[in-house]
Amino acid sequence: MENGVWVFIENDSRTIADVSFELLWKGRELADHLRVELVCFIIGHQISDAAPELIAHGADKVYVADDSQLACYLTLPYTRIAVDLIKEFRPSILLIGATSIGRDLAPRIASHMRTGLTADCTDLQIGEYKFGKKIWKEILLQIRPAFGGNVIATIVTPDTRPQMATVREGVFKRPSADFSRKGQVVQLNPTLTEQDLILKIVERVKAEKKVNLKSARIIVAGGMGFGSRENFKIIHELARILGGEVGATRAAVDAGFIDREHQIGQTGVTVRPNLYIALGISGAVQHMAGMQESSRIAAINTDPNAPIFSIAHYGIVGDLHETIPRMIKAYKEKD
Amino acid sequence: MPYRMVCLIKQVPDTHNITSDVLREDGTVNRQALPAIVNPDDLFALEIALGIKDKYGGEITVMSMGPPMAIEVLKDALSRGADHAILLTDKKFAGADTLATSSLLEWAIRKYGEFSLIFCGRQAIDGDTAQVGPQVAEKLNIPQVTFAEAIEYLNKDDIVIRRVIDSGYERIRGRLPLLITVTNTAENPRPPSIKRLMFWKKAKTKNSVKSDQEREMLSERGLLIPVWGLDEIGCASDICGFAGSETWIKNVENVKLISRKPKLFDTSDQEIKNLINELVDEHII
Ligand SMILES: Cc1cc2nc3c(=O)[nH]c(=O)nc-3n(C[C@H](O)[C@H](O)[C@H](O)COP(=O)(O)OP(=O)(O)OC[C@H]3O[C@@H](n4cnc5c(N)ncnc54)[C@H](O)[C@@H]3O)c2cc1C
Ligand SMILES: Nc1ncnc2c1ncn2[C@@H]1O[C@H](COP(=O)(O)O)[C@@H](O)[C@H]1O
Repeated sequence: MENGVWVFIENDSRTIADVSFELLWKGRELADHLRVELVCFIIGHQISDAAPELIAHGADKVYVADDSQLACYLTLPYTRIAVDLIKEFRPSILLIGATSIGRDLAPRIASHMRTGLTADCTDLQIGEYKFGKKIWKEILLQIRPAFGGNVIATIVTPDTRPQMATVREGVFKRPSADFSRKGQVVQLNPTLTEQDLILKIVERVKAEKKVNLKSARIIVAGGMGFGSRENFKIIHELARILGGEVGATRAAVDAGFIDREHQIGQTGVTVRPNLYIALGISGAVQHMAGMQESSRIAAINTDPNAPIFSIAHYGIVGDLHETIPRMIKAYKEKD
Repeated sequence: MPYRMVCLIKQVPDTHNITSDVLREDGTVNRQALPAIVNPDDLFALEIALGIKDKYGGEITVMSMGPPMAIEVLKDALSRGADHAILLTDKKFAGADTLATSSLLEWAIRKYGEFSLIFCGRQAIDGDTAQVGPQVAEKLNIPQVTFAEAIEYLNKDDIVIRRVIDSGYERIRGRLPLLITVTNTAENPRPPSIKRLMFWKKAKTKNSVKSDQEREMLSERGLLIPVWGLDEIGCASDICGFAGSETWIKNVENVKLISRKPKLFDTSDQEIKNLINELVDEHII
């Protein structure tokens, strides 16, 4: 029988990251399918309140490493604690959020364990893999868009454990809490060496999050169709009068039209607003992975064959430079 | 104190410039038709290394694992001021995932010898994984600072680095040796110098020269770029390339588009008014 499904729980000053709860939701589903335990581990300081909350959100077992020197994330001690746990309990699957912490930690662990790691999965399932005469049953299918047109790849890690994947915030649901659930809490007593603590955080400056795409009801998103940073500005006006947030494609971000925080998609934010207006966006899979579940999608594009139209509810085949001012005018004059 | 630095750079297809010319009939991208460039973040990493060299002295070796054509990214880096370049190429290196890539890079760096700093880009645009840097650091058993944007202090082996985190930034103090991955919010990369560009233009590897004579001539002028394959590096063939990869592609599927028939409007004032009114009537806006 396979060992458990594990989730790394990220916390920042004792607040658990949303993505960690979302991974518990998916982790629960995978663990039930495999008929194994859902185990998670949390590292930090004064985090004793966390364990009951994690159990309420689906965990069967919680490992807690609590130490004043672990209050802020540091690569080396966090990696060592994780690796020690993995070597002892041999989890079958390990899921980690694709945050700046997760993206620092996950490859370090995978490298140490010499196992595979798939970044930014947009779905995870359990399934079978055949290669030649060999069959692997009930392994993790790590699903993500692949480079090269509108294709989705399924990636597997047949031979090594844990099977590791990172997932962005917003891809999975947040489970509802059930405080009557029972689970086990295990305190760890990590001993930290000088070598573990060789890097020190001198200062940490947290900026207020300026954009909140995840909870926006309306998102007005722009792509390369704008042509320039200058042209892109009008999108802010449209978003403002509609009371929405501004989103963008990776291409628009890379071209410097707007900051990376606004990027929507597989390697950006996943959103599900009431209305998503896609302006000058072609509809690459990596982009659609982050917005296709919007309740209503309106697309404006000069190319009638742009893939974005195939997922849109409303479409305008035309030039956005003409269309946006008319939309602003029409909204101001709406009856 | 002069520093021995290694920059790991990758050649990537220029995914920023996917235009309709490179799309095949079936909607997939013809990778061959995309221009190959230095991974953008890697140039920011090289710039930080060059800045350290300018200020404190030292030497920079750029390494790239890839097909023979990856020599182009090495020449680009040399033209911007790197001192040495090594091309890591071998048929056995093909098909590597990030784990196998990092195993090979570890061996190459160990062969290179003592170092004080290893630089990587934050992530490569062909996969956006950001995995190779930390994987190499773990294998070399040295600390890492990821998503760095500036070196704020450096004195002997004492270093302070500013790095970007999800909601702000951090200053980290550490000791060399260290591996640093660099974001594109760091100082802008300098362009290649024309003089160096002209010089390095003629560089080749021993595998690509046409004659012994040409090889000797290039070697005398310092224009022969070393190539390390499996034999030179001396690692086992089962840790690199496809054999050393633990992630396998099970299958690749075309995306099933939802295929809605959108309600279409034209760009006339009246139609746009109709669209807006419909959205208002349905309480969408
Ligand atoms: C590993 C990886 C991860 C990625 N992650 C993401 C991600 O998270 N998010 C993301 O968005 N992308 C991501 N991408 C990039 C993605 O593949 C596409 O390149 C990108 O989404 C394209 O952006 P775009 O639609 O703005 O540009 P394009 O594809 O260039 O489309 C521009 C569109 O504008 C239209 N247009 C032009 N002029 C006008 C006009 N005047 N009026 C109206 N329409 C006009 C054109 O017809 C075209 O359809 C990723 C790629 C890779 C390889
Ligand atoms: N084949 C390679 N050769 C040299 N460096 C690489 C290679 N692949 C990745 N890197 C380095 O690792 C960084 C992150 O790559 P990735 O994990 O693919 O996103 C890149 O920016 C490079 O600095």
